Amino acid sequence: MRRSRWPAVVTGAVLAFFYLPILVLVANSFNPARFSSRWQGFSLVWYRRLFESPEVWQALKNTLIVAVTVTAVSVVLGTLAAFALHRYAGSRLQRAHYTLIYAPLVVPEILMGISLLMAFVAAGVPLGLGTIILAHITFCVSFVAMTVLGRLQDFDFSVVEAARDLGAGWWQSVRRVLVPMLMPGIAAGALLAFTLSVDDFVITFFVAGPGATTLPLRIYSMIKFGAPPMINALSTLLLAVTVTAVLASRRLSRAKK
Amino acid sequence: MSDLKRRRRAERLVSLPTFAWLALFMVVPTALIFVLAFRPATPYGGIGSGWTLETVRALWTPGNLAVAWRTLWIGLLTTAICLVLAVPTGYAIARASERWRNRLLMLVIIPFWTSFLVRVFAWRSLLHPEGLIKGMLQAAGLAGPDTMLLYNPAAVVLVMVYTFLPFTILPIYAAAEKFDFRIVEAARDLGARPFQAFRKAFLPGIRQGLLTAFLVVFIPALGSYIIPDLVGGPSGEMLGNKIAQRVFTDRNLPHASALSAVLVLAVMAPLAAVLALQRKKKRADIIMGESP
Repeated sequence: MRRSRWPAVVTGAVLAFFYLPILVLVANSFNPARFSSRWQGFSLVWYRRLFESPEVWQALKNTLIVAVTVTAVSVVLGTLAAFALHRYAGSRLQRAHYTLIYAPLVVPEILMGISLLMAFVAAGVPLGLGTIILAHITFCVSFVAMTVLGRLQDFDFSVVEAARDLGAGWWQSVRRVLVPMLMPGIAAGALLAFTLSVDDFVITFFVAGPGATTLPLRIYSMIKFGAPPMINALSTLLLAVTVTAVLASRRLSRAKK
Repeated sequence: MSDLKRRRRAERLVSLPTFAWLALFMVVPTALIFVLAFRPATPYGGIGSGWTLETVRALWTPGNLAVAWRTLWIGLLTTAICLVLAVPTGYAIARASERWRNRLLMLVIIPFWTSFLVRVFAWRSLLHPEGLIKGMLQAAGLAGPDTMLLYNPAAVVLVMVYTFLPFTILPIYAAAEKFDFRIVEAARDLGARPFQAFRKAFLPGIRQGLLTAFLVVFIPALGSYIIPDLVGGPSGEMLGNKIAQRVFTDRNLPHASALSAVLVLAVMAPLAAVLALQRKKKRADIIMGESP
């Protein structure tokens, strides 16, 4: 039976729609013209400008400080939460727990940003990198918990019980058996938390306060107040990092199989 | 201590950290939005003492109503376009050979991981008066020198579709992958035309995926802020922009709270509707697949 060609046509169009703007952006990062409509030859001038900008380096440093802290804390909290959700599934406490962890995944970012801002202002917490970290952990925990939970779903707890039967203590069985077996899930959760933290703009914008500038905040002010070609260069670098990370994580997960 | 008691205690102990964290940084702040909406603002941008209904009353201006209406229709239109594009794409990926399926999925996932601001910026420069699209349209005689592609609601919808489409395709693909395509073939054998088989057999079969896709686009679309801010201009403003203006320009936190409370309620409506549609199903399955 002949299948309709429509789905394939739409898929092709959708992929072109996804990638053409990105390709134009990458091409323009090598274009010395200030505006993108005319190609004036290949140049690395915007990359040089970018590397010479102290603001960009400072923003990158802040972003990494935030992302590393956020990833560390949310991996621990999220894994613990996933363990609780799975081990005690069905209890009333865990149903409430699940709803609570689920909430940050559906709440629009702007609501999370504004409500955290209100809370920090009301409690008199000074805004800065610290409040950014607190805010990021709040949504990253949920993503880590969900990722690890997915991994736990096909985990056989009798392995842990076997370790206990063989004389392993509680902590030993967790550290030597449970955590290593969950590692792919934990690593995927960590990668997700790191990426989300590095990329977050809206929530960060609300809770940042003056002075604490992360990379997305920097990009935003560059977009708003001129300097477009430099953003092309910065975006291209970010894209390269992202694509490498996605490909690497795919390769890792394939190697595991 | 009995086993059951010990189990309970262990359960509370491992659940406590996330419970405490999310109560402190999620539940309390959200509740605060509703409280602060009834507080007066101080002239210095702070929150006054005492209670007032003035802020809530001040919400009902024609300007705010127009923005609320625009937020709703932009959200609905974006969701509709995303679904129309995502269903055939999800279908095609699910029916592709395994090798192609992995490649196509990868191509959908990469934009999903790419910086959100970068993707919005890419469109902003394309639609810019000095950008590529304007130049091409002018060369084709479809646009005059004064045609403005940026700063209107259409640009907002376009960029929103661009950023949300990967999120729509993934749940639809996940549902289509589980779908038994022999049902479509059976429908064809029984004389259904291709489109008929698609509409009457395939679409009901991926209902779960459609509902998920609807929620993951419509809810963030209602709360959009960066996209209308960067490509919408004054005529493309949405509720999110109003909230940000109250915070950063007017420094009026109670007003921002009142508007945010409206947004919270607006977001709850579609969620409640989908949950009501799916009463018998486990709740969380609708959005995340399996729940514990």
